[in-house]
Amino acid sequence: MSTAAVQQGTKWWSGGKSPFNASYGKVMMWYFLMSDAFTFGAFLISYGTIRFSVNEWADPNMVFNAFPFAGHANLPLAFVSLMTFILIASSVTMVLAVHEGHNMNRKGVEKYMLWTIIGGIAFLSCQAWEWTHLLTGEHIAMLGDGTLSVLPTTVKSNPFGTPLGHEAMIAALQNTPKEQLASIAATIHVAGETHNVAAMSNGELIKFIEASGIHANNAGPIAFGGYFFGITGFHGFHVLSGVVINIIMYIKTKMQHFDQRGHYEMIEKAGLYWHFVDLVWVFVFLCFYLI
Amino acid sequence: MSAQVSSPEITFQPEHSGSTKKIWRTFWVLSFLTIIELVIGLVIYNMHKGAAPNHTLVLAFKGMVCILTLAKAYYIVSVFMHLGDEVRNLIMTIVVPLCLFIWFIAAFLWDGNSWKILRNRYNGKPATIEKVAPAAVEKGAKD
Repeated sequence: MSTAAVQQGTKWWSGGKSPFNASYGKVMMWYFLMSDAFTFGAFLISYGTIRFSVNEWADPNMVFNAFPFAGHANLPLAFVSLMTFILIASSVTMVLAVHEGHNMNRKGVEKYMLWTIIGGIAFLSCQAWEWTHLLTGEHIAMLGDGTLSVLPTTVKSNPFGTPLGHEAMIAALQNTPKEQLASIAATIHVAGETHNVAAMSNGELIKFIEASGIHANNAGPIAFGGYFFGITGFHGFHVLSGVVINIIMYIKTKMQHFDQRGHYEMIEKAGLYWHFVDLVWVFVFLCFYLI
Repeated sequence: MSAQVSSPEITFQPEHSGSTKKIWRTFWVLSFLTIIELVIGLVIYNMHKGAAPNHTLVLAFKGMVCILTLAKAYYIVSVFMHLGDEVRNLIMTIVVPLCLFIWFIAAFLWDGNSWKILRNRYNGKPATIEKVAPAAVEKGAKD
C-alpha cells in the first residue's frame, strides 16, 4: 500500500493540495457508492429480518432450479452461477479498460468498454429470463380458503410454502371448484396422451390429478416475491444505468474526449460504479441463493 | 506512457505496473472462491434433500459461504476498485463506516428471530419449529 509522499513541513490546509491526494470526482464517487451500499444493505438486512421472523421460508434451490432451454431439468444454482460469472467477467474487462486508460491507449479502452457493455446486457437478459420464468411459472399450492390453485411467483403470490401431505391434498381437491381443478389438470402433461380438461367432470378431474402423482405446497410467505423482485429489480436498475453510463463512456472515448482532456479518469470513475454493481450482486447472490 | 494526473493539486499517483498480471490473477481468485461457494451451496442442497439435516453443520457451511463472500468483496474493492492503492486515510473513511454493518446485521437478525419466538409463544406453539423436508420437484408441473 503506497503512502502519500509528503514533503517536509507540508501544510495540508494551506491550499494547493487535494484531500487524500485524490481527485474530487473520484472521492465523491466513493462516497456516493457508500450511500448506495447502505441502501442495498438496508434492503438486504430487512429481507434477512423478515426471513428470520417467519417459521418457514422458500428453499431457494426449489424455487431457482431452472435453466434456459433445459426444459424441466432440475439444476439448482446453475443459472445464477452463469449470471455471477458474466458479471465478474465484465468487471475484469472494466478493470482492463481502466488499465488501458492509464496507458493512454484509446483503442484498448474502446475494446474493453465494448466487452463490459456486452457483459452488462447479457446479465440483464439473464435476469429478465429469470423474472419471466418466475412470473409465468405454474405451481400447485393451497390457498387460504382451503382450495388448490395454480400459482405463479409474484409480489402477491408464493407457491413455495411447506409441502402438503397426500391426505391434506386429497381433502383440498374435494373443496376446489371446477375451474381451478381444470387449470390444475391443464398443467399436467402425460406423455403420448391428450386430454380434454373442459369435458371432464369434477370427479374425473380429481382422479386424473391424483393419478399424476404431482405434489402441492401450502402457499408460502407473500414477502418472498416482494423482496426478490424488489431487490433484484433495484440491482438490475443499477446494472441498466451502469450499461448506459458505459455506453456514454465508450462514445466519449471514441470521440477522443479523453485524449483531448489528457487523462482517462472518467473511465476510472465509471469503473468504480460498475464494480460496485458487481459487488452488490455478490451479496444478493449470497442472500437469495446461497444461504 | 506514464499515468497522468487530472489536476496539479494531486501530487501522487499510485504506481501502475505495465502488466495486467495482477488483474487476471484476481479474476482467477474470484472465480475460484465462487466455485467453492457453489460447491458448498450444492452440499447444503443435498443435505436438505436427505432425512435429517444436521442444523449445526448447515449453519457452519453457511458461515463459510459468508466468509468467502467477504473475501471476494475484499478482492473486488481492493484490487478492481483500486482502493488498496489509495491514501490510507481515504481507505479508512470507506472501511470504518462499513463496520457499522456488523452491528446492523446482528441487531436486525436478532430482532427478526425474537419476533418469531414471541409470535410462536403468543400462538401457543413451541419457540422454534422444526423445518419439514422440502417437497420433491413436482413431476409434470409446468414450469
